[in-house]
Amino acid sequence: MNILVPLVFYAFAAILVAASVMVIVSRNPVRGALFLILAFFCSAVLWLLLEAEFLALALIFVYVGAVMTLFLFVVMMLNIDKLPDQEGFVKFLPIGVLVMAVLVGLMIMVIGPHHFSLNTFASHQMHSSDYSNVAEVGDTLYTQYVMPFELAGMMLLVAIISSISLAHRVRRPNTRTQDIPTQIATHSEDQLIFANVDEKSDPFANVKIKKTKKRGRK
Amino acid sequence: MIELLVQAEPLFIDVLKILAILIPLLVCVAFLPLAERKILAYIQGRIGPNRVGPFGFFQPLADALKLLVKELILPAASNKVLFSIAPIVTLAPALAAWAVIPFDEGIVLADVNAGLLYLFAMTSLGVYGMLIAGWSSNSKYAFFGAMRGAAQTVSYEIAMGFALVGVVMSADSLNLTTMVMKQSGGIWHWYVVPMLPLFVVYFISAVAETNRTPFDIAECEAEIVAGYHVEYSGIAFALFFLAEYANIMLVSAIAVLLFWGGWLSPFQGIPLLEQTFSWVPGFCWFFAKTAFFVFVFIWMRGTFPRYRYDQLMRLGWKVLIPVTIVWIVLIGFAIELHLPPWYV
Repeated sequence: MNILVPLVFYAFAAILVAASVMVIVSRNPVRGALFLILAFFCSAVLWLLLEAEFLALALIFVYVGAVMTLFLFVVMMLNIDKLPDQEGFVKFLPIGVLVMAVLVGLMIMVIGPHHFSLNTFASHQMHSSDYSNVAEVGDTLYTQYVMPFELAGMMLLVAIISSISLAHRVRRPNTRTQDIPTQIATHSEDQLIFANVDEKSDPFANVKIKKTKKRGRK
Repeated sequence: MIELLVQAEPLFIDVLKILAILIPLLVCVAFLPLAERKILAYIQGRIGPNRVGPFGFFQPLADALKLLVKELILPAASNKVLFSIAPIVTLAPALAAWAVIPFDEGIVLADVNAGLLYLFAMTSLGVYGMLIAGWSSNSKYAFFGAMRGAAQTVSYEIAMGFALVGVVMSADSLNLTTMVMKQSGGIWHWYVVPMLPLFVVYFISAVAETNRTPFDIAECEAEIVAGYHVEYSGIAFALFFLAEYANIMLVSAIAVLLFWGGWLSPFQGIPLLEQTFSWVPGFCWFFAKTAFFVFVFIWMRGTFPRYRYDQLMRLGWKVLIPVTIVWIVLIGFAIELHLPPWYV
């Protein structure tokens, strides 16, 4: 095995853990979001080491490229520079510790040492160079899991339609809005007057101004 | 120790390969602003830069020297760390993406199976440099520029992705070398023929992704001074500039690989011309085609006025995305019916 693989793994795993901690610890929400992006990026690299290149690259361009961009967009617009200094930290500490204890206990039960240690799994076999992770993922998704996959697609479609219908603004009668088709359909003849400038007479005396048709809005 | 050196040998060769790509790329990127200034000058009936060297040929060196010796200014109220890493975050993905670009058959640094996905992931990372630069500058103009740029990039990425889905369906692969080889057999086999609308959508989205005229509202001089990099000076500003030109070349190269037959000769399959031009190596065709699209980018800048923000969003969401979806369905039918000569 190449000496680089463990080197890359430990480097990115360390950055991943550090970045994840910083997501929680950092006061500034923008910095928190940026550390979350770093964490996504590092986990994508770890997936690449497992030869799951489709998942790794999909993680980068879906989560890092699109979701986090919008997230960062909102956080930057919110104008909250810093969270209030540990307000209510002591007050909520007992409940927090309790919830944490329950969560950690559950996690130890489910993925504890006897279920999740090294000897419960077969060691990772490197695939041959003609192995294509993209084709494998495609085959599995469209044969074995075709129903859940299509259902997930339908759910997303419903979400898209509902969010569009929430944000859709119907043009009300007494508001002034830009009617873009009319703007694009304008012609230079409606906007410009070409006139011969004569010193003696009024240049605009004989010019007929072609009026734009007023388009009524309901 | 010797064992370690033996293991390090392929690494050393890889580094040499990386340099063999990066150095010509950076030279091209350095001379592209000169080409742009010259072409724009001729479009507008001017001469352009002609003081430094013959025909102003050494102008980029003079510019680089000027930018290097200029003072780097850190705005007092900015976020210093983010302000400093923003130019690097912008430039790094623009250069890293070149790792999977095949210049000729077999001449590629990393011939990965998911090459197109990798390209897409890298180009989508470029937006962070802009966002971080705009936010950390603590300036209203820079922030406006970053917001506009991010919204625009995210919107046009969808249209671009859908346009590329058509090519992936046709080639039945995400590997860029395979995609080019599927187009061999003559100029009528190139994917631009069955997918002209998708190519047009791709090219418009590419112009929008790189924030070039007519979609350069992120750095609109007349409204928001220079957009997200307004607070940058000296070499930090130059890095943004380099990233912009590297991205222009990258999206042109992707257009050539996916739609215009990559390194394949346009005279393939034509009896007399094929023999006459058989001595031209593949990467020359690749380079010539890429150079043409880079020229189109500059040509567009000299021709079109800037889009207004709402018109830009309307074009992206209401025109380009529906066009791509309809064409993807049509391509699906064409593949099912084995439409010659592309889908046999």
